[in-house]
Amino acid sequence: MPSEPLIRWPWVTAHLDEIGAALGQHLFLTVIAVAAGLAISAALALLAHRYRRAEAPITWLAGVVYTIPSLALFVLLIPVTGLSTLTSEIGLVGYTLLILIRNILAGLDGVPRDVLEAADAMGLTRRQRLFQVELPLALPIVMAGIRIATVTTIGLVTVTALIGQGGLGQLMLAGFINLFPTEIYVGALLSIALAVVVDAGLLLLQRALTPWARGGGGRR
Amino acid sequence: MARHVSEDPFRGLALPTSANRPAGAPHRAATVAFDHVTKRYGRRDDGPTAVDDLSFFVPAGATCVLVGPSGCGKTTSLKMVNRLIEPTQGRILIDGQDISTQDPTRLRRGIGYVIQQVGLFPHQTIAENVAVVPRLLGWSARRRRDRVEELLRLVGLEPGQHMNRYPADLSGGERQRVGVARALAADPPLLLMDEPFGAVDPIVRARLQDELLRLQRELGKTILFVTHDIDEAIKMGDLVAVMRQGGTLAQFATPAELLTQPASDFVARFVGADRALKRLTLRRVAELPLEPAPIVGLGESMGAVRARSGGRTPRWLLLVDRQRLPVGWVDGSTLPDAAAVDAAAAIRPSPLLGRETTLRDALSLLLDAAVRAGIVVDEAGRPVGLATIDAITALLHEQNDLTDGRDDPDAAPGPPDVTAGPTASGSRDDGDAPRGGRSPRAPRG
Repeated sequence: MPSEPLIRWPWVTAHLDEIGAALGQHLFLTVIAVAAGLAISAALALLAHRYRRAEAPITWLAGVVYTIPSLALFVLLIPVTGLSTLTSEIGLVGYTLLILIRNILAGLDGVPRDVLEAADAMGLTRRQRLFQVELPLALPIVMAGIRIATVTTIGLVTVTALIGQGGLGQLMLAGFINLFPTEIYVGALLSIALAVVVDAGLLLLQRALTPWARGGGGRR
Repeated sequence: MARHVSEDPFRGLALPTSANRPAGAPHRAATVAFDHVTKRYGRRDDGPTAVDDLSFFVPAGATCVLVGPSGCGKTTSLKMVNRLIEPTQGRILIDGQDISTQDPTRLRRGIGYVIQQVGLFPHQTIAENVAVVPRLLGWSARRRRDRVEELLRLVGLEPGQHMNRYPADLSGGERQRVGVARALAADPPLLLMDEPFGAVDPIVRARLQDELLRLQRELGKTILFVTHDIDEAIKMGDLVAVMRQGGTLAQFATPAELLTQPASDFVARFVGADRALKRLTLRRVAELPLEPAPIVGLGESMGAVRARSGGRTPRWLLLVDRQRLPVGWVDGSTLPDAAAVDAAAAIRPSPLLGRETTLRDALSLLLDAAVRAGIVVDEAGRPVGLATIDAITALLHEQNDLTDGRDDPDAAPGPPDVTAGPTASGSRDDGDAPRGGRSPRAPRG
């Protein structure tokens, strides 16, 4: 097929619904994975922050999960949870944990000692200190972790096409099977675009949430 | 533990505290007592001793400076007062109440705390930072806002300009002012300050010190102040606790007593060989007997001056301009009677001294300029007299004068008050009272 163009636009316009649905599923799988990953990571990171002895086992476990090749993990899960959204989400969430836990801990550890001392000395309770001082100050690094986790997840979602999920990955897979470049390129370009747009959106969100962290270029 | 700390072992002593201030300005200030406080680190309390059997009493409204070399336990002592560190043995009492029986969170909300790195919350605006404790105490937004504006003005920051900025936008000196405002926010009766001015440059430090002294004259808080700088201790303290390695108290005394009667060789060495000079830090130009300044106005003729002084005209005359501001010295003996004195005849004037200038600064300025006398000027800059090196050294020789004149610099210099002299410490009723000077006194000439 030497004359086959990279993208047949008539096919694209004829299949906008299908493409939109794939994009929607891709975003849905990503958001669920990052949200669930963040909830689990936050709980584990706070545990490790509060009880320092828990830090090593928690990061070790997250590290082990992270080292399993993604396809292998999905295949291992199929006998347990089948070819389901749950299977893909378990894998996707698993891969966010290491990044998120590490960044939450780094963010909390990065809070300056003098700020913590001042918080204690002014009579903030432990909980007030955590929610009013430590977590807000950890936010830039936590947000950086969320951005990495999200972009990584957007990439991994395409792999879940192999277990019947996959969003834009489905398009790419179908394209490979049918030797139809248009589907491959539409899927690939849209997943790249999705990653770039979501990353930029998160960056803007981070700036809005941490007005104190930028500027500051004034006197010191 | 059964040992009794007298409520006020200093009763009857003429201490320079709010108690001695003019009536009509009610101050909320607390007393602080260390009662045989020891802090050891290590699992079974057999570790290194940071603070060793520390006892002293700070009356309400006094500034007590803990000073000593690094590792002497001064910061540890300070942090035990708001229970950031718990003592191994002994008790600390605030207003007679054992703090170990109080909820640490509640206790801390009632104690202002200022540290060298300031520790402002980077993610909160200046207004939010200052209002942290009021917010914890549940003040209304309106009351917090009013208090923030009041406090920022008090520490010399324009509220409109600073309230909505973040700490990163401020200079080091400005941040430290915000730190002081934050500590004062809920009007605590006690302030703890740990090397508060250690991280700013010397010029800003001197200004912040002066401002704290001014603030303290207004507020009359009890302040515990930690520094390693003996000059700062002498400048800021009504009382100075000198600590040494191992966390023992080497001497607890007024700055004047510390300088005239160091309790041990250690204190003498720590205070420094320039004790006599340092003592001049405690005195102000206003305490000197001033010599009258022979004045000649711009355009006035020498004849008129000679006629005015009745023939006993000094050789050197101070030329002043039409606003009566000093221009310089003129040599009257070289000028004919008829000539009007003009500015070209003047050589540059001696250093100008304010009445509030410390004698140490005054002496340094005079030696620097290689002149015998400095011109003392009033607030408007007009000369009121001459302060001479002789007058300063004469004051320096009053070795036994322990009156601390800082609190009342406008008082006319009078005979030393013997009741506040060194014998006063022997007149305490309670021989056990926690006051320093355990080592035998070794007064050095």
